[in-house]
Amino acid sequence: MADDANKVNGADEAPIKERVKPDPPGYFEGESMTRRHVFTVASQALGGLAAAGIVLPAVGFAVAPIFHRGKERWEGVGPVSDFVEDTYRQVVFTETEGIGDAGKTTAYVRKSSADLEEEPGKFVAVSNRCVHLGCPVRFVEAAGNFICPCHGGVYDFQGKRIGGPPVRPLDQFQTRVTKGQVEVGPRYSVTSQMEPVRARDPGEFTGGIWEYLYPPRPSTFPPP
Amino acid sequence: MPSFPKPKIPDAVIPPPLRKPAKPGSAGTPKGQAPSDLKESPERRSAGDKLLEVGKEAPIDALGWVDQRLAASGFLTGMLFRKVPKGTNWFYTLGSATLFAFIVQAITGVFLAMFYVPSATQAYSSIAHINNEVPFGQLVHGMHKWGASVMVILVFLHMGRTFFFGAYKYPRELNWVIGVVLLILTMTMAFTGYLLPFDQRSFWASIVGININGTGPVVGPYLSDFLRAGPELGATTLARFYAIHMLLVPGAIIALIGAHMYLVVKLGTTAPPWVKAERPKVAAPVSQLEAGANGNGRVNGDRAPGAPVDGEGNGAA
Repeated sequence: MADDANKVNGADEAPIKERVKPDPPGYFEGESMTRRHVFTVASQALGGLAAAGIVLPAVGFAVAPIFHRGKERWEGVGPVSDFVEDTYRQVVFTETEGIGDAGKTTAYVRKSSADLEEEPGKFVAVSNRCVHLGCPVRFVEAAGNFICPCHGGVYDFQGKRIGGPPVRPLDQFQTRVTKGQVEVGPRYSVTSQMEPVRARDPGEFTGGIWEYLYPPRPSTFPPP
Repeated sequence: MPSFPKPKIPDAVIPPPLRKPAKPGSAGTPKGQAPSDLKESPERRSAGDKLLEVGKEAPIDALGWVDQRLAASGFLTGMLFRKVPKGTNWFYTLGSATLFAFIVQAITGVFLAMFYVPSATQAYSSIAHINNEVPFGQLVHGMHKWGASVMVILVFLHMGRTFFFGAYKYPRELNWVIGVVLLILTMTMAFTGYLLPFDQRSFWASIVGININGTGPVVGPYLSDFLRAGPELGATTLARFYAIHMLLVPGAIIALIGAHMYLVVKLGTTAPPWVKAERPKVAAPVSQLEAGANGNGRVNGDRAPGAPVDGEGNGAA
């Protein structure tokens, strides 16, 4: 290095006493980085690397649940004969395990109806979670509607919104029949045309461009 | 403007290098003044008196010892005896009141944490235990619960005072920004703390609150999942809210309050908008007098009552 520097400075021809002293020490003409600059950049890079080594796992730890999908959970809610076509039966089952009663949720279950152009022989489980802000809705038998007590959301017999602030029809749960028992499974949302999509939170629109503005979360199950 | 006598700063809080040297003939430091008393009445200085004198000096000596090493007295006297503008009134105490509310929340929160169990199955019963069985538990819990509302109200009043007095203007914009971040953090504290009792009210309020977060486009759904630590509100949600409420946000609030108060002391406070600036009374140039004569003959600095006052005078004192 020092030899190079001397060559560049034209020191070869000059006697030793007349050689130019590099200033700052070690400088030679044409160098792109000073020694000080190299060490500054290197120590900052090392410090950044060390900080990233601590921060990234910690942040990942906190945001990991966004990408984690739990185990599919199915729970029997009663024999097939319990459910009819023209009205709902209220069932309570566990949606989230490990938090006791707080993890339970309510669904309204009925047999699929030919009058509503639904696939015969299936069961429909409508979530009681209002899609406005998540309050519990109630099925009012006399009106044949779901009504939310919080802000006056009203849904028809199928769960389609007919009044109030909700943004889409009521969510549903997947259903299946095992050994004569009706079982409810993961939650899914529907569009205004009753097409199933991945579960959305209350307050989020579904269908069309809204599928991009409120993207499906990796933590939800694919729709049936 | 009435002039008040300058507060006398006790010698004890001034580090020795900064103390004024004693004038010849006058009493110097306590150690130097002793002999004159002794000469007159040596018999009165019993051992008890000596002990008393040493006892009286001890706190000052201790303070001096600390300050010699900390060198904080200059900063403290500068901060505590700083000048405030004319017209400073009770509205200016809202910031300190908010700080006091925060300190109450911090202290009661620490003691609540000694009994609270952040578990979905035990949180509710631990709160019931605090309220019903722990001595003064209901009081401490009540102070924390009602103090939270008090703090939110005080924050808004403080913000309103700053806004209506125009105290957010240059050079205090950064302090306004820090204050807004503190407002958001205070709301975060209120939101996360609401879930902790884990009763019906907190459960449903948190669900509604998280769902409101979820209505933000594109990032909203992910934000909801982050807050809940999953697709549904569960046991991890409570632990997460507890950690945010106990560790994450309080640290940020304390740091930002420090920055907020540093800027208040550094930049000074503003005068209320109704206090007119005092302008030096100087003879107006002839040209201005002539211009003024066309109107009502007044010159600058001698306004008609109710005439608009420009903002120049509202700067820091």
